[in-house]
Amino acid sequence: MASGSVIDPIHQFQIIKIVELGQPGGIELAFTNSAAFMFGIVALVFFFLTFATRGRTLVPGRLQSMAELSYEFVASTVRGSAGNEGMKFFPLVFSLFIFVLTANMVGMIPYAFTVTSHLIVTAALALVVILTVIIYGFVRHGTHFLHLFVPSGVPAFLLPFMVVIEVISFLSRPISLSLRLFANMLAGHIAMKVFAGFIVMMTASGVVGWFGAVLPLAMVVALTALEFLVAALQAYVFAVLTCIYLNDALHPGH
Amino acid sequence: MSEPHGPAAIIVAQASPGTLPAASGVEIAVPAAEAHGSNFPPFDVHTFPSQLLWLVIAFAALYLLMSRVALPRIATILEERHDRIADDIEEAGKLKAESEAAAEAYETALASARAKAHGIATETRDTLAAEAETRRKSLEADLNVKLAAAEVQIAATKTAAMANVRGIAVEAAGTIVNTLIGATPAPGAVEEAVDTAIKG
Repeated sequence: MASGSVIDPIHQFQIIKIVELGQPGGIELAFTNSAAFMFGIVALVFFFLTFATRGRTLVPGRLQSMAELSYEFVASTVRGSAGNEGMKFFPLVFSLFIFVLTANMVGMIPYAFTVTSHLIVTAALALVVILTVIIYGFVRHGTHFLHLFVPSGVPAFLLPFMVVIEVISFLSRPISLSLRLFANMLAGHIAMKVFAGFIVMMTASGVVGWFGAVLPLAMVVALTALEFLVAALQAYVFAVLTCIYLNDALHPGH
Repeated sequence: MSEPHGPAAIIVAQASPGTLPAASGVEIAVPAAEAHGSNFPPFDVHTFPSQLLWLVIAFAALYLLMSRVALPRIATILEERHDRIADDIEEAGKLKAESEAAAEAYETALASARAKAHGIATETRDTLAAEAETRRKSLEADLNVKLAAAEVQIAATKTAAMANVRGIAVEAAGTIVNTLIGATPAPGAVEEAVDTAIKG
């Protein structure tokens, strides 16, 4: 957005290199706007949580309430989906939730870069979840973890099909987890940009256009509200699904 | 999200760099990444290694900061509050038990005091009654003694009186006889006659 003058709805997703780090092994490495926002998010989350709890007061203030609320919200989600045993994954789920939520919310600031609108980022986060499930599942249960793919009480002749279906459904989890978040953020931001572009186009065409621009303006206002909802909701969905998948690692077998 | 530029073109679909007609003074900046890859940034494979690298570093940092610093801190606060509330409830329960015990002790003390007071009252009444009884008995005995003495005295007085009556009668009879016959009877005869008359 910084360099272009054209209303280009895709431009907001542009990765801009800030510092080039050369090409070790033929791989381009650079410190980009995306990386800057990632670190900004980490810093924002960390400083918010530590600043909010600086008083460690018995009766919480507003900020401390927010910090405690986020903690208890995620904790109850983890307990609800994965049980008390799932609390060992609480830091991971909390980190994922707060990272996605903050990235989505920061993305709502005009001219800001939305980290979660890139498939590679959401895919990496989903991979973290699914690798945690697989590694923990095998470490904890050994081959018993494979019972996840063998539903009990199924007739023998159906079993091969069921196993195939279970494996496919397991493998599709990281894909759906990453695509859901990515597509929601991408589509929402593009839609807002397109309607905002209509306003600019119409107002440029004269007095009639000024009145005509009211419609897309109303649309942009509505979309902005919707996007805030989606931003929070997708972070929650990501966290809940993470908990459900982790529950499989804790309790394999149906 | 709108950009306050003047006449502008809107490109909804993927923009192919270089093929766009520059609309009235608007220039299209072609970022370096677009020059050799996908035009759609999220699918531009060339940016993936950088994004992955920084995501791994940033997320690992976030995870460490959360799991080592921020979350234990909030957990401590919540735990302290939880403990404090539990302590307060326990303290309140203890105080309530104490006050109940105190009330019970008060009731017991009141009951024992009442019983004691009752005992003292009964004892006093009994003592007083016994004392009164003794006094009454001694008084009665006293009175009986006095009565007996009085009776003895009455009897003595009566005897004396009767003796006096005989003397008077003897004298009166002598005098009457003297008056009637002019002669004084023998004292023995008069006494004998009077005794006979009294007995009869």
